[in-house]
Amino acid sequence: MAKKVGAVMVIGGGIGGIQASLDLADSGFKVYLVDRKPDIGGAMSQLDKTFPTHDCRLCILSPKLKGCLRFGLGQYSNIELLSYADIEKVEGKAGDFKVTVKKLPRYVITEKCTGCGECLKVCPVEVPSEFEQGLVKRKAIYRPNPQILSFVIDKSICPSDCRECSKVCKPNAIVHEMQEEKVEVNVGAIILSSGFDTLNPHLKKEYGWGIFPNVITGLQFERVMSGTGPYQGQMLRPSDKKPARKIAWIQCVGSRDLKLDGRSYCSSVCCMHATKEAIIAKEGTSGSNITCHIYFMDMRCFGKDFDRYYERARKKCGVEYRRSRVAAVKEDPQTSNLRIRYESEEGELKEEEYDLVVLSLALDPPSGTQEVVQKLGIELNDYGFARADLFSPVQTSKKGIYVCGAVSGPKDIPETVVQASGAAAMASSLLSEVRGKLTEKKHYPPEVDVSDEEPRIGVFVCRCGMNIGGTVDVPRVVELAGSLPAVVYVEENLQTCSQGTQEKMKEAIRKHQLNRVVVACGTVRTHEPLFQETVREAGLNPHLLEIANIREECSWVHMREPERATQKAQELVRMAVAKAALIQPLFAMHSSVIQRALIIGGGLAGMVSALSVADQGFEVHVVEREKNLGGNLKNMHYTLEGKDISNFRDSLTTQVQKHPRIRVYKGAEIQNVGGYVGSYTTTMSQADDGSSPRAVSLEHGVIILATGAQEMKPQEYLYGEDERILTQLELEDMLTQPGAGIKKTKTVVMIQCVGSRDKDRPYCSRVCCSDAVKNALKIRELNSGANIFILYRDMTTYGFKESFYQEARSKGIVFVRYDEYKKPEVKLKDGVLQVEVTDPIIQRPLLFSVDLLVLSCAIVPPKDSPRLAEILKVPVNEDGFFLEAHVKLRPVDFSRRGIFLAGMAHGPKLIDETVAQAQAAAEKACTILSQPEIESETIIVQTNERQCRGCGICASVCPYEAIEIDEETKKARVIEILCQGCGSCSVACPSGALQQAGFTRKELLFMVDAAV
Amino acid sequence: MGQFEPKIVGFLCNWCSYAGADLAGTSRMQYPPNIRPIRVMCSGSVDSAYILRALLAGADGVLVGGCHPGDCHYVSGNYKARRRITILKEIMKALGLEDERVRIRWISASEGKRYADTVSRMTSDMRELGPNPVARLWWT
Ligand code: FES
Repeated sequence: MAKKVGAVMVIGGGIGGIQASLDLADSGFKVYLVDRKPDIGGAMSQLDKTFPTHDCRLCILSPKLKGCLRFGLGQYSNIELLSYADIEKVEGKAGDFKVTVKKLPRYVITEKCTGCGECLKVCPVEVPSEFEQGLVKRKAIYRPNPQILSFVIDKSICPSDCRECSKVCKPNAIVHEMQEEKVEVNVGAIILSSGFDTLNPHLKKEYGWGIFPNVITGLQFERVMSGTGPYQGQMLRPSDKKPARKIAWIQCVGSRDLKLDGRSYCSSVCCMHATKEAIIAKEGTSGSNITCHIYFMDMRCFGKDFDRYYERARKKCGVEYRRSRVAAVKEDPQTSNLRIRYESEEGELKEEEYDLVVLSLALDPPSGTQEVVQKLGIELNDYGFARADLFSPVQTSKKGIYVCGAVSGPKDIPETVVQASGAAAMASSLLSEVRGKLTEKKHYPPEVDVSDEEPRIGVFVCRCGMNIGGTVDVPRVVELAGSLPAVVYVEENLQTCSQGTQEKMKEAIRKHQLNRVVVACGTVRTHEPLFQETVREAGLNPHLLEIANIREECSWVHMREPERATQKAQELVRMAVAKAALIQPLFAMHSSVIQRALIIGGGLAGMVSALSVADQGFEVHVVEREKNLGGNLKNMHYTLEGKDISNFRDSLTTQVQKHPRIRVYKGAEIQNVGGYVGSYTTTMSQADDGSSPRAVSLEHGVIILATGAQEMKPQEYLYGEDERILTQLELEDMLTQPGAGIKKTKTVVMIQCVGSRDKDRPYCSRVCCSDAVKNALKIRELNSGANIFILYRDMTTYGFKESFYQEARSKGIVFVRYDEYKKPEVKLKDGVLQVEVTDPIIQRPLLFSVDLLVLSCAIVPPKDSPRLAEILKVPVNEDGFFLEAHVKLRPVDFSRRGIFLAGMAHGPKLIDETVAQAQAAAEKACTILSQPEIESETIIVQTNERQCRGCGICASVCPYEAIEIDEETKKARVIEILCQGCGSCSVACPSGALQQAGFTRKELLFMVDAAV
Repeated sequence: MGQFEPKIVGFLCNWCSYAGADLAGTSRMQYPPNIRPIRVMCSGSVDSAYILRALLAGADGVLVGGCHPGDCHYVSGNYKARRRITILKEIMKALGLEDERVRIRWISASEGKRYADTVSRMTSDMRELGPNPVARLWWT
């Protein structure tokens, strides 16, 4: 057998790369995460909020980032970050690649840099800041991202004879002579996730970007809106920093644009991105008097809850949408206002003036893709993105190399996250035999049991260079600390984070037999993991540490009031010591895992995830309600891209049925699911081939829910009353029948959005526009003389599918738009089937006599979803689709641990999207299955049986189903493995029986007392 | 002695508001040093007893900071906190305590400025309101 290496290289540190790295590390692989930029986080770290939930990108990104950063603990020590690095050479083949990485010099020693910013004051050169999208300047020495503490030097502009920065740098962190470094790493697989760039706006000269200061890009507008951006979140315009009262967005700048070479594709994300920007502008403080106009061609709201979001923008927020392609933008030189010339839908030429114009730029392949791709030896598609396989969307043209995110085509965050986990799944399957071979578990000295000892507290106060010491009178803080009860040792440090000081700290802990440690330094979020490690290495439980944040919450924010800052620092230390005297060691609980998966649903998603889990080496049970595997694939024959579906389906089903680790239960229905993550027991009733149902019981560690969705049978447009009226699936079936009547058909009309985007189902069914175009092209192929009309509201052929829409138009298929308030009418008159529709362009009704009427019907969830949701205790959304834990960042997880979601059960999806999601769910399942035991959180809730009265209020407030009332004892029992430690129940408990570990009532009350 | 300097106890949720306070720090936004922040995992884990204890012990104001509605790391803790504080305010009114002394604010990890503004605003409001009467009661 060829050699395999249990490590994976991930190229690109954006959200996709981070997700793939975390998944791989979680499932037992060593990861090298390479990024060309000096920081990680990618485009997402520049966004203000994300659509459609307006989550703050930081709140959701930073916990993930934390897992990846160098302070990462335990399992994440298996991710090695190589930022500011380029791929130099790739050799070898799947299973065993050798990659040479060139690490660029930062000229600043990250470990030494304290982020004090003295260097900024003396650096003489300035260039536009990349992070702020050029809206403000940065120095040659700069912080690549405000969230990151340490600096880098941009040598391309740093004058060689200056060196002023080295002179003022107190910790001597600057090394101008730093050289680039080459490292060679051996990995079994490579995942390319280098994201995207946006179109160079100079290519669209007519819009005046770069000439008129108030024409900005969408990403620039993100920075304008951002509270951390150059204008602190005020809607100002760049020319005069006056409030922007009237803003226009121009969509499709460089997308769907046949005039620009290779740019016929749709960038997929801009409709929602502009909508989000407009909503936030309107909802902001001065929102009510801001006018927002969006100039667009088609509104493509194909994602989950996107259509609702668009409705909210239009109807609640008052954002105005104008269907028109803007010809040009001109500036009034006096006011710097901008005039937009456009043609209204009725064909009138109009002009309107704005304070600010935002360009929704096309998404491009990231710069440098060509070289990377060449080194990797993989292919590009016609548009310069990495080529991916339609039926295996994260597979590149080369074995062992996978791709995820926008580098293989424009994509939004959830799709990127899904693909990232999917790519991780592919890599894990390839390398399943060598899982865990290269990951290391760190060895620590045995933990000393101090729980019964009197507290002996050591306090370490950090000056953090000038950062704390410059404002706070540190010796006075030290003095106060020494006077506090139970404090037996106090020390002042210049730089507590430094390696040397930490060694000293460990020594002090041992020498003075400290059993509680307080560190007064920077924020918990970066320093706690670091010092927990130190404390643990000194033989103490890592939770015997308390941090007093006297930097972010004191010295940095009270710089003008040193006396009061010192007093506050003293009090913060007093509070921390008060809590420290009470804290107890905390431990994660362990629970064993039955290394087997249950997959509910044997359609595309179910089969793909079954194969992926089984290929990773675990047993799988597949439960299918129907008599056969295949789900919707049974009724589909070809894809828009012209690929044959039946072969794909047949090979999938045979693989599943023949796989030694997969067992299929057909004609089976889930009755009951008991247990929790790691050990579930499921009972179902199975009635194979007509036999009377029998009960089957299965034990397994995880569940993947892949119950799919189906085409709705319409209630309108006379469906069912005439055999000339079909749904798209019925049409597809007919077109593949030999001797199909289509050859003689003269006029075909298709109606889009039947049952979608209306009052009952306010969502877009995503697949129907592609299906209509696909079938229309098929009809054209079979019958070149047919008249084909597609009546639509917004043609949603997103991404590369746009080219088929263009092809259809060039082949004479006629697209007629209809208004949501003026739906087409279907009449049957003396055997003649008629369709009438009002064309909004010519403002007149059109009447067709048709031979074939095809309805593009909504995709609806299966009827028994609510029943299943109840059995599994997972939620469904208003539309009846299952609701994932987090729309953006946990698209295949439920909040209930151990249950995952794939395919159309989550929402309408195309084949490639379903495959990616099924692989992602499989990867998530395998991160659990790959461990014999899983760990709980350490901060969880503990019960005191004696105090518990069994009222059950705690169980009802718990969002994770983590509390049960024991039937016999009538006492609350916490299922540790499910508890996430939010503490809701401890507050709700009327008898005080529940306590949140690490935040007990006594600890908090003592802190409160110390604070006042 | 110069002007009255109120004491404010802040309960900040780990995932959003505490991170927002951090950002105010890394961005060097200046605000008055009257707040004594206490980190909690979620605004939903702040027991009314903590707030009352702070007021009785002499705090002039209590700020609870949580994630924006819909953003709570634990699904719905912030909604629970909001409900709890609404009730608490009723009780405070009944006791003759100014209910503005207790505030709940949504501050996300990217809203350093909002954190700084909230603290500044609360400090000046409490200054105007004067010392917490309950605390004085307990001192004498
Ligand atoms: S985690 Fe912030 S409010 Fe719940």
